[in-house]
Amino acid sequence: MTSGNKVSKREFLNGDEAVAYGVRLCRPNVVSVYPITPQTIVVEKISEFVANKLMDCEYIHVESEHSAMAAAMGASMVGARAFTATSSQGLAYMHEMLHYVSGSRFPIVMMNANRTLAAPWNIFGDQRDSMAQRDTGWIQVYVENGQEALDMIIQAYRLAEHEGIYLPVMVNLDGFVNTHTYELVSVPSQKEVDEFLPAFVSKNAVDFNNPRSYCMSASTEWNMEFRQQQHEAMMKSKKVIESIDREFGDKFGRYHGGMVKEYKCDDAEVVMVTTGSVSGTSRLVVDSMREKGLKVGLVKLRFFRPFPVEYFRELKSRVKAVGVIDRNLSFGYEGAVGSEVKSAMYDSCGSPKFIDFIAGIAGRDIKKDDIELMYNKLLNLSMGQEEAELQFIGMRWQE
Amino acid sequence: MIKVKDLTDKEYLYGHKACPGCGMGIVGRLAAKVLGEKTIIALPASCMSTVTTQYPQMNFSVPSMTMAFPGTGAVLSGMSAGLKSLGIKDVNVVGFAGDGGTADIGIQALSGAVERGDDFIYVCYDNEAYMNTGIQRSGMTPYGATTTTTPSGSASIGEKHFKKNMFEIMIAHRIPYAATACSSYPTDFMNKIEKAKNTKGPAYIHVMAPCPTGWGFPSDLTVEIGKMLVECGLWYLAEYENGKVKMNLVPKELKPVKDYLLAQKRFKHLKEEDIKAIEENRNREWELIRENWMK
Amino acid sequence: MSKPQIVKYKMPECKKDMPLGPSSEAGVIIEPNAGWRVMKPIIDNSKCVMCLRCWLLCPDGVIDREKGILEIDYNFCKGCGICSRECPQKAITMVKEGKQYD
Repeated sequence: MTSGNKVSKREFLNGDEAVAYGVRLCRPNVVSVYPITPQTIVVEKISEFVANKLMDCEYIHVESEHSAMAAAMGASMVGARAFTATSSQGLAYMHEMLHYVSGSRFPIVMMNANRTLAAPWNIFGDQRDSMAQRDTGWIQVYVENGQEALDMIIQAYRLAEHEGIYLPVMVNLDGFVNTHTYELVSVPSQKEVDEFLPAFVSKNAVDFNNPRSYCMSASTEWNMEFRQQQHEAMMKSKKVIESIDREFGDKFGRYHGGMVKEYKCDDAEVVMVTTGSVSGTSRLVVDSMREKGLKVGLVKLRFFRPFPVEYFRELKSRVKAVGVIDRNLSFGYEGAVGSEVKSAMYDSCGSPKFIDFIAGIAGRDIKKDDIELMYNKLLNLSMGQEEAELQFIGMRWQE
Repeated sequence: MIKVKDLTDKEYLYGHKACPGCGMGIVGRLAAKVLGEKTIIALPASCMSTVTTQYPQMNFSVPSMTMAFPGTGAVLSGMSAGLKSLGIKDVNVVGFAGDGGTADIGIQALSGAVERGDDFIYVCYDNEAYMNTGIQRSGMTPYGATTTTTPSGSASIGEKHFKKNMFEIMIAHRIPYAATACSSYPTDFMNKIEKAKNTKGPAYIHVMAPCPTGWGFPSDLTVEIGKMLVECGLWYLAEYENGKVKMNLVPKELKPVKDYLLAQKRFKHLKEEDIKAIEENRNREWELIRENWMK
Repeated sequence: MSKPQIVKYKMPECKKDMPLGPSSEAGVIIEPNAGWRVMKPIIDNSKCVMCLRCWLLCPDGVIDREKGILEIDYNFCKGCGICSRECPQKAITMVKEGKQYD
């Protein structure tokens, strides 16, 4: 246990446990959670902390995920720092509440274990669940490993509670691949985190000296102004994301790259855009292909919302082909990240050649060979060969 | 015990847009008086939230939050836990939900919150249909009532099912305090709000709030209709406390249901045999009440 | 002031004026409900015995007892008629709105 230590300590933790440690360090007042695989270890670990007085918070055993978010909202409204966690079906169940929380501007932080959505039923990882919540007004970050998960929980509260932002933040970990994989994680000391993340004093909570009605009805005459305000807060968060990450880097020695983190892109001819844990595997493939003299690079997209459109507009002039590994699929069109990257790079002067790769759905492994295949397809495309714009990777049949 | 002359003159719910003669208006106004300034109100989608929070007109003078329809119970848990975690004491956390937000879409959250034993007051004001959206049936719509989704017709008598019994459902949770009330018995209702206020843990009050618009009677008869409802035994005033039910009002003789029913447009289509069925069900319910709670 | 009064509420005039999210000051009323009325209650104070039944049962709380006699806030009375119906002394009569101008 690291409580009482004044410096960081290395622990052997899986992704879920790393999140739990991160949450503990953030000293939430209220944790309202409902268990769902593969998030269960988060809620179990937190309850262990509470049972042993290592965390001082109210732990609400809600009876559903919709109630988990509703309770977190109630807690935030009275001025408490609230946390919840879910996955897949649970995230879908609380969909309405995601809109409510973001629209009401309550700075709640939620961990989401990326897991596919039924039907057919499956507990393994892909990003269909969180991508489907794209438009709810939640800031979304995709982490690669347990260390980044722990760090981003802390950064998420700083970001959410930042004056002028007050938007909820969703921290996404790939189900099983990240949540259940053990790694050495550096756990900061409570003292350091307290210095980085002060106690929450809400600007959007009950004050009996100035009573207000929250989440009121706003008519057609006023509603759009609130929506514009919400959108502008999310746009403003782009700079705040970067500055918080830099400050975190200065204090804890780990800067994660802000909204987008490039790897060997400076002279790359083709790049792959990834979200989440597949970024790690992809880096290994980049290295091995570079050894063969192939100029490939990796773009790790960390924040999906707000979307770093400025980055992609700039990227397009540097590379010949861009691929996206989408662990999700919008039936009838293409992958969500692919759509957005493609449209960000489009203008009347043309854009780099593009392939959207659908891979890793419902926990299907994205192997190094698969990634190398995808890069080769991009290289083919960059050299003038024909490649389909939407491709399914790792399938049983190529029909 | 509430003394009317000692009640505050302050109106914590004022100038709202409810229909003239709204039973819910009486309920909300009087409950707010008993609860006072240190109160936070949770309102799901319902008549009450719609008529009191049209930006910038906010008719509650105490802090309130409008909520998603199914979540009242959960929000109350969250508020209560939040206040506890911050060390804030002596604040009433109260939810005002309609019958739909309580017995139908809201029942899961309410059940969970009561099971957890969080500290809050839950007031279900029952106007026996989804009135806010235009009088559609709910699980609390009584047998034989016409609503827009259970209209009476050549092949239908209207609502085919009897009311869900939320009071007994709350008793089954062994809630610390539960009560039934009616807006036509204001002092009884206010006494129950006061008891709920002083209860540690969850308290549930189910108050009938006759609706002139939805039930089809002139707006000045709200209180009278509520009285007829209780006097004919289709509703009863009771409390559950310390593991026992106490009947607050037992009419010496239950009046015939016919007068109550036919005073409202929503029951005007009922035939003799339908009224008889309603009366027989009432008799059965009162058998059980006498058997279980009055011996 | 035990009842909120109608105020000329200053709406936001630019983005900076907007509240942080959809919340607004509690206890603010910007318009009367008087226009809803078809019938209007008139209290005959000579018959009134201050039993306060009407005060208790008014869904809108418009009957004021602070001055020792009952007065109706006609800005917010909707003319539902419950007070008149329930008064044991029959001290409240409903008259047609605007009748005084006949």
